[in-house]
Amino acid sequence: MATSQKPIASMSSITKRFLDVTANNDIDFNLYPGEICALLGENGAGKTTLMNILFGYYACDEGEIFIKGEKAELSAPRDAISRGVGMVRQHFALVPSQTVLENIIIGTDYGKGLFLDLKSARTKLLRLQKKFGLQVDPDARVWTLSVGEQQKVEILKALYRDVDILIMDEPTAVLAPAETVELFNTLKSMVKEGRSVVFISHKLNEVMEIADRVVVLRGGRVVAGRKTSETNIKELANLMVGRDLLERLEKKKVRPGKPVLEIENLRALNDKKLLALKGLNLVVRKNEILGMAGISGNGQRELSEALFGTRDPIGGTIKINGEAPRLGSPVSFIRLKMGRIPEDRIETGLMMDLSVEENLILENHATPEFQRFGMMNFKKIHQFSEDLIGAYSIMTAGRDAVTSSLSGGNLQKVMLARELAGRPAVVVASQPTRGLDVGAMEYIHQRILQEKERGAGVLLISEDLDEIFALSDRITVLYEGVIMGDVPVAEASREQIGLWMSGVTK
Amino acid sequence: MIRMRITRREPLPKWARVVIPIAAIVTTLILSAIPILLAGGHLWKSYYYLFYGALGTRFNLLETFVKASPLLLTGLAVAFAFRAKFWNIGAEGQLLAGALAATVLGVSLGGIPGFLVLPVIIIGGFLAGGIWAAIPAILKTKLKVDDVVSTLLLNYVMIHIMGALLFGPLQQPGSSWPRSSAIIEAAQYPILLTRSRFHLGILIALLAVLVIWFINKRTVFGYRAKAVGVNIRAAHFGGINTTAVILWTAMVSGGLAGLAGVGELCALQYRLIMDISPGYGYSGIVIAMLGNLHPVGVLFSALFFSVIIVGAHTMSRMTGVPTYIAEVIQGMALMIMLIFLLFTEYRIKVVRK
Repeated sequence: MATSQKPIASMSSITKRFLDVTANNDIDFNLYPGEICALLGENGAGKTTLMNILFGYYACDEGEIFIKGEKAELSAPRDAISRGVGMVRQHFALVPSQTVLENIIIGTDYGKGLFLDLKSARTKLLRLQKKFGLQVDPDARVWTLSVGEQQKVEILKALYRDVDILIMDEPTAVLAPAETVELFNTLKSMVKEGRSVVFISHKLNEVMEIADRVVVLRGGRVVAGRKTSETNIKELANLMVGRDLLERLEKKKVRPGKPVLEIENLRALNDKKLLALKGLNLVVRKNEILGMAGISGNGQRELSEALFGTRDPIGGTIKINGEAPRLGSPVSFIRLKMGRIPEDRIETGLMMDLSVEENLILENHATPEFQRFGMMNFKKIHQFSEDLIGAYSIMTAGRDAVTSSLSGGNLQKVMLARELAGRPAVVVASQPTRGLDVGAMEYIHQRILQEKERGAGVLLISEDLDEIFALSDRITVLYEGVIMGDVPVAEASREQIGLWMSGVTK
Repeated sequence: MIRMRITRREPLPKWARVVIPIAAIVTTLILSAIPILLAGGHLWKSYYYLFYGALGTRFNLLETFVKASPLLLTGLAVAFAFRAKFWNIGAEGQLLAGALAATVLGVSLGGIPGFLVLPVIIIGGFLAGGIWAAIPAILKTKLKVDDVVSTLLLNYVMIHIMGALLFGPLQQPGSSWPRSSAIIEAAQYPILLTRSRFHLGILIALLAVLVIWFINKRTVFGYRAKAVGVNIRAAHFGGINTTAVILWTAMVSGGLAGLAGVGELCALQYRLIMDISPGYGYSGIVIAMLGNLHPVGVLFSALFFSVIIVGAHTMSRMTGVPTYIAEVIQGMALMIMLIFLLFTEYRIKVVRK
């Protein structure tokens, strides 16, 4: 991708404001044919906004866009698609009850008169699947597919519309490591035939691995552009964060105490009524972090939901500090001092249309401190929420600001502030840093370590092995609904954990 | 070629929530000129009599309040339910349930002390409406039956129950009409201002505005209902008993509609007839939307509606424009409000090709 080439897409002096926030500030961005260009930056740096403008989802306030040398007025995604721009967003736009094939042809000219021409659509789809290694059953209903497979459908949707430019917004956030490898192969084969890919990410390793060129955004501005062959992770991290990364986490030596979370023979069904937890046993002690590695879809969701009280197991016992909560009752787990960080903070954890304060008080709004005879004591509530906003340095316009105005890292801080405010005996954190930038990730890690030092027992469920190794005292692996093994971190090797993750015991 | 495109816009500031309903009402009044002129009315005379008829004299003004009281109660009922995303389209049936309970109690409570009769009827009417609304709430929470459909269909069930009773056990002896006997005098709402029909029910409706505002703003229940309304999953995760919240919301909502039925019966009709409500329950939906689901907004939109309804009669008498114009204006108000609400989330861009 010699820069002497003409760009296939060119954005110049793009500025986009949301009320009082400038998301993109005078940004110039070029994309060349046949390259993978990474857009790197922390959450809130303006990466997604910039690409939403190229995809016609937002209109920019200032600036011009040229696609294939022509000035483009994009007022809706279909304008962008007709010019060959496709985007796979973080939240997929698929119809769950329809098949893969039906999803792919929606909105295209697939008809012969009044009738669907599924046959030629199928031929075209199969050809694309073969060419790019995107194996999904065309007749499977989308709701039965894993997240990784749904992403393939989204990519196929774009390819089916013959896009030359494919924008991928944080595509690996939802993928297991093996799926990521597959995705990268697909992207590479796409650029080989002259298409271009924009890869939005804040994961430095991935950017170095997949991209030809990196454009770094910070605070809505472009701070640097580099060829990956001429830079390194350290430089990129500094450019992205604007400061040197902190040293590795400091783990204080604390001796684990008595068991605070005991799970015996836990059995639970998944949403499709299949057995997802097959008699699971584990113990977490006071002052200890138990890291649970494993590829998503092996029962992590069902285990965390059983521990949140939002899923009713079909058998087994859970004890918190020796006491058994009522299974399937969130309030019972809250009363026994369980701090719960769900993987899906936007759908399950937070009420995005309410204020920051209203989210902070969700679990203790009915305690005698905050209400009397059903009337809320706003003086104390305001004090409480302002204290938490300060203690967790939540960046918000104020306690009354609507939660959806917060960035991803700050949303997770609200989540943590609420769940840790009651000094829980046990903390169950499921994928606590998924989708967060380096700065926020560091903060969350430190908070989790602090909880352990304070005396909580922590169950950390994560797909990120670096995170597991950095934080845990003991590591365990969940595979097909059972625990594969349990090893102190000092004795754990990545090979061993990797074997367990793929179901090999020895 | 010029084309129009609808695109999403950023959230509007808070003052817009007050300005938009007012702008909608002003626009409605301006656009009302079209049907008035089409009906052959003299424009300024028609506007004059519309407002004179509703506000011009002491009696007319008080009549506007009389008309506003059931609209206010059904509007509050719908707004309260919608806030928790309980889609109560059944205020009409709940109103009839309230009126039915008031009738049964009103004709049969001769034996108890007079001062107890009205409290018993008011509570009975509230409970009847509340229970009638609790049925779809239970169906929704236990069996996942869609509340829009069940609340709507239960309206027709209630109309037929009422018809069966008015042609049967409740029918006035000796009458061949579907009407009940008159309620006893102690069951009648007192008139609060002389030379008018300004009755106790209006005070109850105004009190309800305050109570609902207080529940929404200050109480644990109001907070929980709001949480369930915006994200039921997160509310459940956070330990809120969402089933109980939906059930209580439905009961209060149905109870308010039931009170509207009690008022119509005990203050105006004194006996149950098939036409006790000209669709107040359905108007309540429009009023709740126009009032942006806020109790004070509902108060103003109910008053606006009753001005139009009451004023249209005078306008019709003085200018010959038919009273149906009131319904046209109400319909326009809803359409315009919905269009304005659409513009708070989206904007239209003109594209030249």
